[in-house]
Amino acid sequence: MTTEFKDSIETALHNPNLTGALGRFSEAYRISRAKAYEGIDFEAVRDRIAEVKGNACSRFEELAEQFKANAERRGAKVFRTSDPAEVKRYILDLAKAQNVQSVVKSKSMASEEIHLNKAFEQAGIQVDETDLGEWIIQLAHQTPSHMVMPAIHMTKEEVAEVFSQEVEAGQAPDIPKLVKFARGKLRPKFLAADMGITGANIAVAETGSLVIITNEGNARLVTTLPRIHVAIVGIEKLVAQVADIDPILTALPRSATGQLLTSYVSMLSGQVPNTDGSPKDLHIILMDNHRSDMVKDPKFKEALQCIRCATCLNVCPVFRLVGGHVFGKTYTGGIGTILTAWFDELKKSEDIQGLCIQCGSCVPVCPGKIDIPGLILELRRRLVVEQGQSLAMKAIFGVVNNRRLFHSMLRMAAVTQKPFKQGRFIRHLPLFLSDMTDFRSLPAIAPEPFRDKVKAIAQPKQAEKVVFYAGCLIDFAYPETGTALVKILNKAGIEVVFPEDQTCCGAPARYSGAYEVAAQNARDNIKALLETDATYVVSACPTCTVALKHDFLDTFKTLGITDAMGEAQRLSDRTIDFSSLVKKLVDEGRLTFKEGQHLGKITYHDSCHLKRTLKATDEPRELLQKAGHEIAEMYECDTCCGMAGSYSLKLPEISAPILERKLKNIKDTGADKVVMDCPGCVMQIRGGLDKDGSPIQVEHTAERLEDRFE
Amino acid sequence: MTTTFEAFQTRAAAVSAEVHRFATRHEGLAFIEGFLREVGVSEAPGSGAVWVEGSFLEGIGSAHVSSQVPGVSFEVTREASACAKVGISQLDWAIAATGTLVQDATAVEKRLVSTLPPIHLAVLGTERILADFNSVLQRLQPEQINYIAFITGPSRTADIERVLTIGVHGPERLIVVVVDEFEKVTA
Repeated sequence: MTTEFKDSIETALHNPNLTGALGRFSEAYRISRAKAYEGIDFEAVRDRIAEVKGNACSRFEELAEQFKANAERRGAKVFRTSDPAEVKRYILDLAKAQNVQSVVKSKSMASEEIHLNKAFEQAGIQVDETDLGEWIIQLAHQTPSHMVMPAIHMTKEEVAEVFSQEVEAGQAPDIPKLVKFARGKLRPKFLAADMGITGANIAVAETGSLVIITNEGNARLVTTLPRIHVAIVGIEKLVAQVADIDPILTALPRSATGQLLTSYVSMLSGQVPNTDGSPKDLHIILMDNHRSDMVKDPKFKEALQCIRCATCLNVCPVFRLVGGHVFGKTYTGGIGTILTAWFDELKKSEDIQGLCIQCGSCVPVCPGKIDIPGLILELRRRLVVEQGQSLAMKAIFGVVNNRRLFHSMLRMAAVTQKPFKQGRFIRHLPLFLSDMTDFRSLPAIAPEPFRDKVKAIAQPKQAEKVVFYAGCLIDFAYPETGTALVKILNKAGIEVVFPEDQTCCGAPARYSGAYEVAAQNARDNIKALLETDATYVVSACPTCTVALKHDFLDTFKTLGITDAMGEAQRLSDRTIDFSSLVKKLVDEGRLTFKEGQHLGKITYHDSCHLKRTLKATDEPRELLQKAGHEIAEMYECDTCCGMAGSYSLKLPEISAPILERKLKNIKDTGADKVVMDCPGCVMQIRGGLDKDGSPIQVEHTAERLEDRFE
Repeated sequence: MTTTFEAFQTRAAAVSAEVHRFATRHEGLAFIEGFLREVGVSEAPGSGAVWVEGSFLEGIGSAHVSSQVPGVSFEVTREASACAKVGISQLDWAIAATGTLVQDATAVEKRLVSTLPPIHLAVLGTERILADFNSVLQRLQPEQINYIAFITGPSRTADIERVLTIGVHGPERLIVVVVDEFEKVTA
């Protein structure tokens, strides 16, 4: 990561206005969104959006021509171009030919994308943004930090200062007064402007209609008062028919601002009369700017299903800490990272793609059904293919791909860590490593890894065998979790087999974009894990489970590896996470809880992969309750703890405040134990609580359940 | 009908629109005249009202209104609308599910009176309230109408610190007068 980028993160994190405003917003947003969707089948709505927009982008060329024909039949002039420079030239030529002195704009991300205002300024034409947030940003000489609320990063004091400096001295930081002031100052501009510029939220091919959605009413003025109207529309806004508006209009206000509908929706189809009775000079620019390249890309095509609601920003645990400006000048957040890589260039996403913590929070709430973290991972992979892996990463992955070397280094670390070890923790690391232990302790490498320990466990021979995939953390840091799992499965009459040749699941490599390394890890593990004829392959690490169940297949598919797909599928079919397996065994009557236990209050942390990929949220809770615990749910129980594999090493400055929030939510429940299914989360949360000197115990569900069965 | 109206009223009130229902046009008109007087509509500069005539006034006549409330003008221009206190127009449909008013706003006068003055007073026939967006869209034909306006409450923003503030560029008050005497209140 560049120093400049790291600096921008540092600046954002130290801006209390920003983090305070965004933190409060992200909390309020969840509630207002949920309320707005009451009585609405969100899954059905987004299925329709994905279908409508997915179909439309497969037919861009046809729909664009149909739109053009229909809009022109109704008096519009439609200009199609793939080049942002052409868009600017067209508008400036028009402005000059029509003797345009001043321009008013309603909000248009497409115009931000091509930096249109700058072009006007250079041509000496006065241009004023009229959306309040955009106007503030324009006066402050900034760029929008959020697609829906461009000035969300500013306080009323900052706004008052900008108004006082740029428009009229003496403005007080009083929101209603500031709004009134904006109305008063912008009204004469609306009335005087010769040209109005808008974007469009939807463009309907069968009628040549534009749908424009606002709350302030500025788009109604922009399309009514000036004699010329120019609409800049990205071709991904096209839909085939009028009926396709419905799902988008159902989701957009609800997801964007928690409204059932915005104050104003205008549907413009062709020319309308001006106030002097003359017909409006209407120009619609259908802009491509790499969108049709995206259509041709089988992975990234789905990103065009975006309706620009910014939900992925609002629910992102990283966005709420750093805000939009670290992402760049136009599109921000998760979807912004993807759009920047395409509309700008892949290289522009090099730093910002690293901000995605891969927690998946945005996936279930995206109205366009876009797998944003999946696409960001694909960007990461392509960057590695294009630019190669750094030398340090190469060295690390070289080791990870050689199991014997990797494991002997971990064993060696168990010895060399001694000067830093305090009990089971490493509390301080020297020099450049200190970032890793500033905000949480690290687990000491266990003196005896699970692969050695398991040999000493006397298991009764059983006909039914289950293969245990430990993963690096349980194997080398938390072998007791593995021991607990063996004990529980033994009670169900199952013998646990631990294939020695199992190695790293490849998640670290894959999440760094090093798919070739991940593929080799996959091959080694498939071979090791399928050797035994077992009912299940179980893992007590959700990230490893996801690797075995989904990622091996996807890595092979992405790399075009076909010879190992069959085996990968067999492994996938057999793989199950710990809690889901134990719940099954309980349901089948093969495990029985000790009766009459009152074990007290605990709280449960949902790990990202378990909740959002494996969808196991009820299983661990049910088991813990049946064991005799009462669960006091923490606030944001399913929000990432900030660990995310190597993320906490690459961006400790972001990982730390995410963890801090999690610890507060845990403490607020008053429970003296927090339980989770992921050893990575155990590492992060246990390390954080140790640093805090908190007495709250952190346990893996397997350990918590170890002695709870008859 | 009553339930549809009530659903509309609840949703519209939730977004700060003020909804009033009357049995006849005369009752509705009496309310409007009283309201205009109350907010100080007069012939003084900047105190006028602009009204786009519709079937609501059929058989009553605009002259009658002007005589009752001086300052009400039926000649809707850009200049008159820009300095008027109240804009009045007749809406075509409403959506109960969201509290939305819908209008064929191709005629520029209809847009002027509902965008420029700080108060927009909308007249609507009770039977024009339909259940949802699609029911309205089926009756309004975008292939024939060049400007369809959907209005849900007054103009609003939350662009500064996400604090909801009513009345940015459009009206800060939206008054909806719903009249049951439908045959004369159809667009």
